[in-house]
Amino acid sequence: MADKVILLDFWPSMFGMRVRIALAEKGVEYEFREEDLFNKSPLLLKMNPVHKKIPVLIHNGKPVCESLIAVQYIDEVWNDKAPLLPSDPYRKAHARFWADYVDKKMYDLGKNVSTKKGEEQEAANKEFIECLKLFEGELGDKTYFGGETFGFCDVALITFYSWFKTFEMCGNFSIEAECPKLIAWAKRCMEKESVAKSLPDRHKLYDFALQVKKMNGIE
Amino acid sequence: MAEEGQEVKLLGSWYSPFVFRVRWALKLKGIQYEYIEQDLNNKSSLLLHYNPINKKVPVMIHGGKPIAESLVIIEYMDETWKHNPILPVDPYQKAMARFWAKFIEEKFTVARTLILDGEQQKKEVKQARDVLEILEGELKGKRFFGGDTIGFLDIVLGRIPGWLGAIEEVACIKVFDPIEYPRMKKWMDSFSELPMIKESLPPRNNLVQHFHKFRQHGRDPTTRTGFHY
Repeated sequence: MADKVILLDFWPSMFGMRVRIALAEKGVEYEFREEDLFNKSPLLLKMNPVHKKIPVLIHNGKPVCESLIAVQYIDEVWNDKAPLLPSDPYRKAHARFWADYVDKKMYDLGKNVSTKKGEEQEAANKEFIECLKLFEGELGDKTYFGGETFGFCDVALITFYSWFKTFEMCGNFSIEAECPKLIAWAKRCMEKESVAKSLPDRHKLYDFALQVKKMNGIE
Repeated sequence: MAEEGQEVKLLGSWYSPFVFRVRWALKLKGIQYEYIEQDLNNKSSLLLHYNPINKKVPVMIHGGKPIAESLVIIEYMDETWKHNPILPVDPYQKAMARFWAKFIEEKFTVARTLILDGEQQKKEVKQARDVLEILEGELKGKRFFGGDTIGFLDIVLGRIPGWLGAIEEVACIKVFDPIEYPRMKKWMDSFSELPMIKESLPPRNNLVQHFHKFRQHGRDPTTRTGFHY
């Protein structure tokens, strides 16, 4: 029996993008369903009643919620190619620790850069860059966070790259000037088809971000 | 890479429910380890060396290599010592266990009530009660979240039997009503009665004293930063 895979998603979501990349890496056929977050579908509310959020991966009718959990699930089920997590338990734990760190920090830091003003803006920019420098330190001279092959931690972080233009425009700073190694890593990731086709155009994202800010009364 | 037979150390603090998750997991797997108590208000060079990113406990050191974050440690343990698995083996059941663990991590932050007042405290209490209500539904006639024996989610929730009462007392709040959450009450009793849990829980009075200190420092803006729960 063929697998039926549906992804409930929202095109600007850096969390949804992670699942798109994982499915593409594994060559899994799936149906992409765009959700209107102001008018959530009955399917979304049924499949994620606790959070009512995207992304939701639905595999043969069963939902998996939370992007990094879905990515791990995809890695474990479609385990015949493109492993995203290393097989060694210690290296696996290391990848999970850093992916978890991205999850805990990046969204709020990015949001602050995009919405704060004046002194708070300066502080937000500083915190954001400090976090990216931490990631640069962890990356070191490796091609990807996992080493020679693209993996879990890369998936967790690369989706924020599509939002970098937005952060730079709102924060009035250059991320490449501060973190050139990280940008070089991001560009390497973007050369992969699975990543390039999963991330939206950054200009389109910036326009979207401006609309959201306007709607929320933020200049 | 660390081998099964290599030495295990655990950096922890006596009052941290996150450390207890790892201690219970170690007990379930029957793994011998050296426990090293940490003073989180005066962090040791050992802790700063092995967890420079978060500077928090628990940190497991296996064969000299550090692993931080309680949930990451438990998954590492399941993959290294494969007997007595804590997480389900089936990928879908595993995904569900991870989902609930993340839900609890993000939403059951009731310890914040110790340093909050008024509306903010009320909001935190309501969130905690919403979590309990959802978990009440999830128990569905099972003795433990793991079924007949304790599993990942039971360990993740372990702070409820030991810590919640002390938090309620010190913060002067009421979160857990046994009449409203009869399944959770049964779970709490079953969990706390397990010998390995019963003998390990920190004495309530010690926790109460500790939380009083935490509350005092936490509500005074001049001392808030750096004092650890």
